[in-house]
Amino acid sequence: MSNQAPVFQLLDEDQDNCALSLSGDWVQGFEHTPFAELQAQLLQHRPHALTADGAALTNWDSVLMAFLLQCHNCCISQDITFNTRNMPEGIVKLLEVATAVKPHEQSEEQQKPWWQSLNPVELMHKVTRDITESLAFIGEVAIAFVRLLAGKANTRFTDIRDFCYQAGPNAFGIISLTSVLVGMILAYLGAAQLQQFGAQVYVANLVVIGMLREMGVLMTAVVMAGRTGAAYAAQLGTMQTNEEIDAITTMGISPIEFLVMPRMLALIAVMPLLVIYANLLGIIGGGIVAGGMGISPLQYITQSQSAFAISHIMVGLIKSVVFAVLIAIAGCRSGINSGRSSAAVGQAATEAVVTAIVYLIVADAAINILFQQLGI
Amino acid sequence: MMQEERKVHIEIRDVTMAYGSFVIQRDLNFNIYEGDIFVIMGGSGCGKSTLLKHMLGLIPPSAGDIAYHGTSFTQASPKQQEAMRQRWGITYQSGGLFSAMTLAENVSLPLQLYTQYSAADIRSIVAYKLSLVGLGGYESYYPSEISGGMAKRAALARAIALDPEILFFDEPSAGLDPISSRLLDELIMQLKESIGATVVMVTHELPSIFAIANNCVYLDNTSRTMIGYGDPAYLRDHSDQAVVKQFLTRSAAAAEEDTA
Repeated sequence: MSNQAPVFQLLDEDQDNCALSLSGDWVQGFEHTPFAELQAQLLQHRPHALTADGAALTNWDSVLMAFLLQCHNCCISQDITFNTRNMPEGIVKLLEVATAVKPHEQSEEQQKPWWQSLNPVELMHKVTRDITESLAFIGEVAIAFVRLLAGKANTRFTDIRDFCYQAGPNAFGIISLTSVLVGMILAYLGAAQLQQFGAQVYVANLVVIGMLREMGVLMTAVVMAGRTGAAYAAQLGTMQTNEEIDAITTMGISPIEFLVMPRMLALIAVMPLLVIYANLLGIIGGGIVAGGMGISPLQYITQSQSAFAISHIMVGLIKSVVFAVLIAIAGCRSGINSGRSSAAVGQAATEAVVTAIVYLIVADAAINILFQQLGI
Repeated sequence: MMQEERKVHIEIRDVTMAYGSFVIQRDLNFNIYEGDIFVIMGGSGCGKSTLLKHMLGLIPPSAGDIAYHGTSFTQASPKQQEAMRQRWGITYQSGGLFSAMTLAENVSLPLQLYTQYSAADIRSIVAYKLSLVGLGGYESYYPSEISGGMAKRAALARAIALDPEILFFDEPSAGLDPISSRLLDELIMQLKESIGATVVMVTHELPSIFAIANNCVYLDNTSRTMIGYGDPAYLRDHSDQAVVKQFLTRSAAAAEEDTA
């Protein structure tokens, strides 16, 4: 088999007709002159008809077919008749199949340049739409909740049990790790400052108040947003893809009651318990660090008891319920509004975690300000 | 017989498929010849798609061997298997298009991975492959933006990107209207003839079986093995197995037995 570089030549046959003589190996690994060159020559010659001649072709694969298709499409757009002669049978057949359907013309809307997505007016519209949608979703959840209290909602209680198990006992490991470490971090942070005043023993106060009011619940919520919130978004997103949510809707069941309520109730039930557990472990973690700094366990416990107040625990528990609702709403909303493809499900899971964490921080700040004003 | 003169492309030898101790099909023995349009058929749940997955090497057979051009695939090293797979084009039941990529990116992925074409060549080849399946101009669309029939054709474009020797189809016309599914059948025929590939497909669409298949195997649900092999039209008229005849003539008795 002789190996020849692929070559094309545009020949004038008579006044109106041109022949395109193709020769050599039009296969992978051989560089051929780009099509743009031929296009330029064609525009110069402007024939009425172009005949591609394959007599001198030795080898060919998809490269040649792609080239011929470009020729064909270019000829069509320039009103030049395109023909072939002396072509192998395979080429003729494939070209026939490839040109059977006219290329699709993209609509204007499709061709929007990327920077249009940065248009501030449109961005504002999008943000407004998002906020309206969120509020509508919260409203629907509230209605479903009232219906649930009235005993009219289609919520399956076995579902709630399953979700409780997923969100609760299964999360113990990760919650234990994070809360012990957060307790230790708090203790280190306080110790470094309090040492300057010789008041190391107050580390216990810092850890107890810090964990109970703030860090225990916030860290648990962040972990749950990443763990459970994302899982909810992925579950509901996949259900959307599989048309399960359509099926639920057409059965006359509200997806909010059937899918969102059990998840939310499970989180509401489990979060306070997880928070109490996290608080306990955080205080133990602080104790470990305090022990390392020469504070005896007894001292630490006594000091902790003096700092302890029911109101601190209540603050944490109230927050935990609010956070549970927010995580469930962020996760389920992203899931239910997800698109119907694997990429969209991934996006929904990301969106769920991001919105949940934003919600958490905003809500935490708001609750803190409120309690500050109320003096709790 | 004609078949003896043709070259064997794929050999299924004593293959048993099982999930753990649950046997799906046993003692499968048949050849697929070069240039065949071969159909794997049978009632729902008989293991058609599982057989295809075995042939693709996604699941190893629990006994037996699958050979391509006389080379065992089952015993080949992972590297050899990968080289053999490059000669195949596969479309999956729901298309299997990557939803995060445009159609052009979907089709160009195998070209970028396994060929030395220049970027400009790849672009023009992608345009050509999409035109072959009637989707010219849809390069920048995402799979979610096109219809189900178009997605099937786009998957076909991706499958033929590397000019494969064998094309595998898992239920190509499932979920398509009769006209689209006939057009798809015709497209498969035309492509097969022009690129000279062997086609293996799983389907139970009778019209498409009779229209394009020249060889087939029938997997039985109750005896858990193959009970028919040959030209579907011949099997319909001359099979000694009542179930195969009923399946191919669409009579109710076969359906009852299948679900039993």
